[in-house]
Amino acid sequence: MRSARFRRVRRAGVMTLVSALSLSALAACGTSSSSDDDTGTKSSGSSDPAAPLDPKTKVTITIDCMPPTAKQAELKQWKEDVAEFNKTYPNVTIEGRSTPGQCLEPPRFTAMLKAKSQPDVFYTYFTDLPQVLDNAGAEDITAYVTDKSVPLLKDIDPNVMASLKQDGKLYGLPTSNYTMGLLVNRKLFKDAGLDPDAPPRTWEEVRTAAKKIAGLGKGVAGFGEYSAGNTGGWHFTAQMYSVGGEVVDASGKKAAFNGTLGKQVAENLHAMRWEDDSMGKTQLLKWGDLQKQIATDKLGMFLAAPDDIAYMVQQLGAKYENFGMGPIPGERNTLAGGNAYMIKKGISPDKVKAAIAWLNFKNLSVGKGQFAWARTKADGLPVGVPQPNFWLNASKTADDEARIEHATMPVENFRSFMDNPVAGKAEPPKAQEVYKVLDNVMSGILTNKDADIDKLLATAEQQVNQVLANQ
Amino acid sequence: MSAPSLTPSKAANHRRNPPRAAGPAPSGGRFAKSLKRNLTAHGFLIGAVLCFAVFSWYPMVREFFLAFQKTDGGTTTWVGLDNLTTVVNDPAFWQAWRNTALFTVLALVLGFAVPFAAAVVINEFHHGQGYLRLLVYLPVMLPPVAAVLLFKYLYDPGYGLLNELFGVFGLPEQQWLQDPDISMFAVVVASTWMNMGGATLIYLAALQGIPGELYEAAELDGAGILRKIWHVTIPQTRLILSLMLLMQVIATMQVFVEPFLLTGGAGPEGSTTTVVYLIYQYAFNFNNYGAAAALGLLLLVLLAGFSAAYVKLSRAEDE
Repeated sequence: MRSARFRRVRRAGVMTLVSALSLSALAACGTSSSSDDDTGTKSSGSSDPAAPLDPKTKVTITIDCMPPTAKQAELKQWKEDVAEFNKTYPNVTIEGRSTPGQCLEPPRFTAMLKAKSQPDVFYTYFTDLPQVLDNAGAEDITAYVTDKSVPLLKDIDPNVMASLKQDGKLYGLPTSNYTMGLLVNRKLFKDAGLDPDAPPRTWEEVRTAAKKIAGLGKGVAGFGEYSAGNTGGWHFTAQMYSVGGEVVDASGKKAAFNGTLGKQVAENLHAMRWEDDSMGKTQLLKWGDLQKQIATDKLGMFLAAPDDIAYMVQQLGAKYENFGMGPIPGERNTLAGGNAYMIKKGISPDKVKAAIAWLNFKNLSVGKGQFAWARTKADGLPVGVPQPNFWLNASKTADDEARIEHATMPVENFRSFMDNPVAGKAEPPKAQEVYKVLDNVMSGILTNKDADIDKLLATAEQQVNQVLANQ
Repeated sequence: MSAPSLTPSKAANHRRNPPRAAGPAPSGGRFAKSLKRNLTAHGFLIGAVLCFAVFSWYPMVREFFLAFQKTDGGTTTWVGLDNLTTVVNDPAFWQAWRNTALFTVLALVLGFAVPFAAAVVINEFHHGQGYLRLLVYLPVMLPPVAAVLLFKYLYDPGYGLLNELFGVFGLPEQQWLQDPDISMFAVVVASTWMNMGGATLIYLAALQGIPGELYEAAELDGAGILRKIWHVTIPQTRLILSLMLLMQVIATMQVFVEPFLLTGGAGPEGSTTTVVYLIYQYAFNFNNYGAAAALGLLLLVLLAGFSAAYVKLSRAEDE
């Protein structure tokens, strides 16, 4: 009896294992890992990166992030740009890949990288570089990107280019960048007797202005901060940078926020929340919550990137006129990020050259592609948001002039931000895990009047060290 | 008339376990015959089994393997117990288990007693019982996100209804979801309100299955309402109460939606971080699917224990 049961169990076990293995095999068949993508050299054209693209070679490249049908004006511009590009490069066929919603959703992006199913030219955030390289996803394009293939290369902010390099090798070309500043609601500033053209430049000034704005009553908060969904940690990091602090030390192995500067940031926020009562009662806010508050004139200031303004106008029905921007208070450093295109590892040198030619035309030419501001205005899209802002020298002058000339919003409202650039600093290693821990510091400060700041920072330090040790 | 007389219990056994033919079972032939006889039924079964296999069983098997693998780097490598070590060393690990246990205990105290009490009360009404049933079940029909938003407004410390009411009675304002000491309690209250309808209806069905004579006999013996509940209602619904208790433990230990939507997941100072929220973070915030699978496996092992008890109780009820 026992052995019969054992046999049945064993048979069932074997069946389960066989089924599982069959299904695994089927699933494996479904992934599209094409072997020729990995071999690298299957070019019919010149493999010399410095040589120009052979006009006789027919090349087809797939490009990420073509605007979806719902974004009619952007799609029209894309098609115009492809037609214009093909006048110079008739041998290159551009196949756009369209994604609804955001171009890059992290879980989908990771899955795509692992399956090696990314387009030939794929869209990334600056912070994706380690992940892309871990997955052997991007081509080293150092030798391909020269002042011949990208004539305005010398005018691109080296800090931006540094975000796309590792060990001296270049893996991407930027499409836009951001640095965080102080976003202000002009109406509330005026109502509180403050000058919206001169946003606060120090944290003491922020505290004073926040008290005045909160004094307007009716549930208006002077200054807002996140404390949930990892965004609390993200903004704590931005505040640390703003006063010249670090969150993780240079070795990348140790937490660096539990010191004088960390305590200063934490105590300032705690005082604004509990002594001044200038941060509103509703806390545990995350991305999107502060935008809604400031768009409905319930919030005076918060740390933001310029693209938040476009989001608030286009999605929340706010008006450009009601916002202004200054540099991040403290002005020692600010959190920086941005977006880029990378080129899939293993595609032929001709494809790489064609991809760089397209990226140069579409994203890196003043007056053309994404910088054709006259066309952007004619198509009813916003002009004047201080982003992207990676040009230097003559390119910057030319682009700024064109942007001001065709602005669809009062660009002088952003003058304080534009005229006082603060050096950008990238996010710390293991950023999201570190932010998760620092969320607790922010939520502790903002929800607990009796918060023990020393203890909150010490616990977080210990936890971040643990996270960093597990790399 | 010469049929053998069987006692009821033997008859039941007879129905369950038909006697086998003497000697070795000609399994191949019988299986083929049975397959032929029930071809249509098997046809329908194949679809269901395939769906389960692809969308339910395969992911479970895959998750088991994933718990011991690392998928970063394009290729999958076996890492032994590394994922488990990562998970256990996570600063949030023990806090998440403590929070989950607290939620489960609070949810049992409230979420178990309140629907049962509601069912007992509704059962006492002879008129308008249908309306009461509908009223109790209405919150279940509300989409969870809408229900959660409702509670977010109720709990809001700035303009929420609860603090307004407290103000009317001269009580001090509370921070509800934002106070680390009471945030989990506030989440449990919202969760109980959202989910009690289903449990109440099950208890009500069980209560209505109790023979009326038992209550009549108790009344003749002079029992009041509390004694009737204690001596008749609870013993008669003991099994269903046990099953619901187990189901609730299994369900509440997997809580995710309510804390995620009410407090952004972690809550003030991490006070509402649950185990399933941590799994979500590993998978979708940190792209560490191996660690997510490892933590999922730990939760599975624990819940499997409860499930085994559940199955055992189900069998006891059958017999």
